[in-house]
Amino acid sequence: MTAKSKTEQGLLADTIFLTDIRRQMLKFATLQLSDASQAEDAVQEALIGAMKNADSFGGRAAFKTWMFAILKNKIADVLRYKQRTVNISSFAHDEDEEDMSELFDRKGFWLQDERPVAWGNPEASMREQEFWRVFEACLEHLPPKQARVFMMREFVELDAGEICATVELSTSNLHVLLHRARLRLRECIENNWYLQGEKS
Amino acid sequence: MMNCIEATRLISDAQEQALPLKTRMGLQVHLMMCSGCHNFKQQMGDLRAITRAYAKGENEQTENKG
Repeated sequence: MTAKSKTEQGLLADTIFLTDIRRQMLKFATLQLSDASQAEDAVQEALIGAMKNADSFGGRAAFKTWMFAILKNKIADVLRYKQRTVNISSFAHDEDEEDMSELFDRKGFWLQDERPVAWGNPEASMREQEFWRVFEACLEHLPPKQARVFMMREFVELDAGEICATVELSTSNLHVLLHRARLRLRECIENNWYLQGEKS
Repeated sequence: MMNCIEATRLISDAQEQALPLKTRMGLQVHLMMCSGCHNFKQQMGDLRAITRAYAKGENEQTENKG
């Protein structure tokens, strides 16, 4: 047996690794495309593409990065195609113009009602199904650009440089988008999970 | 004094790259006086842990699939 085929068999025979990566890819693609069947197709194609070249990867990390790189290209293709065929209204709203007056006062300090509260230990929350439903709904409510970069950063765990190169953003634009995504997500989770107990 | 928009922005940026020492000290001063931003900082760590757990499928382990 050559070293090449050993690597290939190792990666492709690892069902848990593949199942995990497939699940991650599917969530990622669904959030970006907002269409379950298009997401399935993109993931399928990316997996097939990546497996053809599985023997050229030394390890899981490299293989995973490569799979997501292929997936992102597939997603980009689908989005470009969509843009030609229909006007994607979700991108019409310019997220860059968004103002912060819902959260902060004119001097840039937290409005009383919006000031983050202590969450305590999230471990307990993470054991509850309802918490994950809230989290998922909050992710899905992020504006598309913010969701995309947040997922790339925290879900796929790409570093900032890789994200900027992939989606053609400057570092400062990326930081602005991530800041807004985090402000929104934390607010959504806080309002729909951590403050719910107190109200009822 | 640094305001909360700036402070939360720096806390968010620090998730991507280490802040310069001087910036870090300015932020520290703000955090000592601002409970909202102090909580925000804690939550950024939580948010990362939560998202990574989610990526690993921990949410599915809590489901009682009947």
